[in-house]
Amino acid sequence: MKEARNWTWQIITGVVILFCGALHMITVHMDDILGWYNPAGGKAIEWANVAARSADTTSMVIYIILLGATLYHGLYGIRNIVFELRPSAGIEKLVTVLLWLAGLGLFAIGFYGAVALKMA
Amino acid sequence: MESRPKKYPNRLGVTGWGLGGRWGVERYLYTIHRLTGIGLVLYFILHIFLTATRTFGQESWENSMSMVNSPFFMLMEFVVIIGFVFHALNGIRLILIELGFAVGRPEEPVYPYRSSINTQRPLMIVMMLLAGIFIILGGYDMFAFAH
Repeated sequence: MKEARNWTWQIITGVVILFCGALHMITVHMDDILGWYNPAGGKAIEWANVAARSADTTSMVIYIILLGATLYHGLYGIRNIVFELRPSAGIEKLVTVLLWLAGLGLFAIGFYGAVALKMA
Repeated sequence: MESRPKKYPNRLGVTGWGLGGRWGVERYLYTIHRLTGIGLVLYFILHIFLTATRTFGQESWENSMSMVNSPFFMLMEFVVIIGFVFHALNGIRLILIELGFAVGRPEEPVYPYRSSINTQRPLMIVMMLLAGIFIILGGYDMFAFAH
């Protein structure tokens, strides 16, 4: 039942990444075709546009949601791939703990990156 | 107490991803889905650290952006776009099938036989065509306007 719940979250986070990630990819990789959310004009990765998006609350919230969803989706996927190879129960536990630690650590770094400019 | 399900050994291991037998297109798409997923996780970890440099100010940000402005990194970024688009659209296909929306109706096995592949195969073709369109758009934005 626990794995069924985890898999349900895998699907939910996949859908979340689809919308938030697509928005992010369109903003950054279709900046010349569409030019969405580049208030300073020019390329999406220029400092003026990066600072503007970082100072915006909506963008900050979307980035944090995208960060959490992507970390869960990606690391749970890695866990599934490793578990399919049928390691021992000890290795399974170790992999789960390491992935949790990596996920929480990366979330902390990404979260700080998302809020730092807003708070400055 | 919940009993653990019986574990069967994975005889083929990773080689089973591609050399498991006579599989259809969809099985190989699933293998590519895994490979793109692994690639995207590795890219994402680097991406977190790279984008965190903006917290140290404009100079730090511009230094890190100049580091990834070479043709090699631009090509790798396009590979990431391909991976993301494929993984996303194939993921939509997998979710639709898993939730039963693209499986088709059960029918009696009377000739000419219809199975769920009659619904799944067109869905796969549509998703891959959409993926191709988005990849071309992303590549056009990246390379046609590069300076």
